[in-house]
Amino acid sequence: MSTLDPIAPNENRKASLPTRAVTGVPPPRADRGTPMTWVKQGGLTKLLFLLPLLFVFGAFSWYPIVRLVLMSFQFTNLVQPAKWVGLANFSEVIHDPLFPIAVRNTAEFAGLALLFGYPVPLIMAVLISEVRRWRGLYSVLAYLPVVIPPVVSVLLWKTFYDAASNGVFNTILGWVGIGPQQWIQSQAQAMPSLVLESTWANAGSTVIIYLAALTGVNRELYEAASADGAGLWKKLWHVTLPQLRTVLLVTMILQIIGTAQVFIEPWLFTQGGPANSTLTVMLLIYDYAFGNSLGAAYGEAAALSLMLVAFLTVFSLIYLRATRSWSTQ
Amino acid sequence: MKFSVRAKGRTINLNIRPVPPVRVGVAVAALSLAVAVAVGAASTASASPSVSITVASLVPGATASATAQFNTQVKQFEAANPGIHVTSVQYDWTGPTFAAELAAGTLPTVFTVPFTDGRSLGAAGQLANLTKYAKSYSWFKDFNPAAIAEGTDSKGQVVAIPEAAYAQGLQYNRQLFADAHLNPNDPPTTWAQVATDAQAIVKANPNVAGFSMMGANDNTAGWILTTLAYAFGGRMETGIGAKAVATFNNAGAVAALNMIHTLRWTDNVMGSNFGLSWGTSNQAFAAGQIGMFVSGSDVYTNMVQADSIPAGIYGLAALPLQGKGAGALGGGTLAAVKPTATQAQIAASMKWINFYYMQPLVNKTQAIRNAKSLTADNQPVGVPEFPIFNAKTYELAQKWIQPYINVPQSAFAPFNKAILKDQLIPEPEAATQAIYGDLDSVVEDVLTDQNANIPALLAAANSAGQASIAQAYASS
Repeated sequence: MSTLDPIAPNENRKASLPTRAVTGVPPPRADRGTPMTWVKQGGLTKLLFLLPLLFVFGAFSWYPIVRLVLMSFQFTNLVQPAKWVGLANFSEVIHDPLFPIAVRNTAEFAGLALLFGYPVPLIMAVLISEVRRWRGLYSVLAYLPVVIPPVVSVLLWKTFYDAASNGVFNTILGWVGIGPQQWIQSQAQAMPSLVLESTWANAGSTVIIYLAALTGVNRELYEAASADGAGLWKKLWHVTLPQLRTVLLVTMILQIIGTAQVFIEPWLFTQGGPANSTLTVMLLIYDYAFGNSLGAAYGEAAALSLMLVAFLTVFSLIYLRATRSWSTQ
Repeated sequence: MKFSVRAKGRTINLNIRPVPPVRVGVAVAALSLAVAVAVGAASTASASPSVSITVASLVPGATASATAQFNTQVKQFEAANPGIHVTSVQYDWTGPTFAAELAAGTLPTVFTVPFTDGRSLGAAGQLANLTKYAKSYSWFKDFNPAAIAEGTDSKGQVVAIPEAAYAQGLQYNRQLFADAHLNPNDPPTTWAQVATDAQAIVKANPNVAGFSMMGANDNTAGWILTTLAYAFGGRMETGIGAKAVATFNNAGAVAALNMIHTLRWTDNVMGSNFGLSWGTSNQAFAAGQIGMFVSGSDVYTNMVQADSIPAGIYGLAALPLQGKGAGALGGGTLAAVKPTATQAQIAASMKWINFYYMQPLVNKTQAIRNAKSLTADNQPVGVPEFPIFNAKTYELAQKWIQPYINVPQSAFAPFNKAILKDQLIPEPEAATQAIYGDLDSVVEDVLTDQNANIPALLAAANSAGQASIAQAYASS
């Protein structure tokens, strides 16, 4: 077997590394680190190609992040010069009675989304992968809601959630003898209603990821399981889920991060109401910045944004550490 | 030379012959000359308007005729003021969008804000100083002192110009009244009558709201609750500025919320949509889905411009007032200029404010021309307003436009008859919009929770309101 054979075992690859020296590849020169060498090796060209990317990231990502950190320690209305206020913005946020409400609501949204929204795409993907005909059509139907702009989706569902007895969902409930519900106008039902729409709107992307991952599962494992007498459920539990575990872990952390930043649904459906029952952390950040027409709490908005970033960073690190052994088994 | 060009699905073949070098040279020279002339002409044309301003026009969704009428006024202004170029942009003041546009610097040069925000924005340096320009106009000395005070900051600088004032009124649908065998010319004058009329309306039309209330979490619910508290004799604040004290848990507010609770949960006459805002209430009313609701006396103009309200269904009555100290909440609109405007832009902006907002109120020729223009475009003339100038100036302006009034005066008669006798109470002075925001959730709670504990809700909101006042004056 040649040392350049792409299917050579790793051991052979490692063994072949020293052969570079005898195959005509020049060794690194001593003057490698000088600016002239860097220019001669095409450093300027690389920089030139990098510049647009650096500019875009610098202007639209890094600069706003730096401004956000600075603003969290300032009092500013973005017109007059900013004043440094130390940790006062963080203190204001922590002592705001709406802060625990927003955290609780965000946790509720994330929890409900995890409970109902997380398994749905997986079930859909498994079912679609099992069908023999029209698989493409089912994939398109599952993905279609993702194509619809979120604002349009919410406006559509607002119509469905009409609390009148002749509203779409209430009419359907009426057919099975259930009376009209208040949906997004009820403090108890508003958050589950938002999760329901959000699941419908976002499941398609995850379904596609799972479908792609399912194609990588060795069919022989299913055949072996069948030979051992495993049914659909056992094959799902003992073959599919373990084979998808890496993807499942990634989609779970992405979903938790996404739902912790939920904004579109509560903003467009309820603006945080009724009576703050759908006020989320992101909505509170928005309210700090823009809820008051005088726009005087940008510092608090920045402080809460930083707190959210810090929480999600710590949470992600703990999550990755806790699941490292499982994902690399 | 042959070229094939694909255009709109068709292939167009172009035959281009080789051109001798001399003719190319002549062509290049001619082209250069043409370009030079064109550039010269363009630079001459662009040199003419020495200052450009953007001005707030109508709300998004305004009808074509309303937009055409506004554009006509822009042309008239530019013709009368050579050197000023005006670009109009659609504008709809809402708390959140205004704050975002203010922070981003994307407001038009001339825009409007409610009375509630003029002084605070001015004190925070967020509005241009208009003092020297405003005081040069003869009409400035004729302002109603209470009105111009709303646009004057604590240093005595004029930061905004009052352009309209309103009192809250009871909007009612004359058609739904007639359907319920109620007399459209005799709207309710007590809150008890409001309740019984709402029941009659719902009985006749089960799919409409007999009485509706703005319940959106965008400060409008708090605004209407404050209005109702005033109508029951309550006040939401005492004192002014940093020393203001929130007094949400007053007898008027409790009575108002108890009434709302009864209408919602006992009488069940408030329909099925409890999240309406200012604009959506207007839409629902114009669509015949609401029998009665509370909003400003000037709202009919918007219903015509944006909601195409059918002629004849609109009616306006004064708010029923009940209890000692009861009055109608009054507010208004200020025209302002953004703080980053240059001095030339501020001067041009003041000319626009004078032309568009002030002259129809103080100049006979302009008042008549404006009224004629509005009438020609089927826009409302004669909607009840509150005088921002002294009584003499107001009465004169009304006399000028009398022949052009095209709104049904019978629709406004119940309001006009009663409002002059009523006490007009300004909005809470300190942190007004924030106070309304704190009250939003109280209204939402009462509308969505049958077991809502009204005094407890008001007490909690009061703490938030006091914190809002403290925050509003934290930098001063």
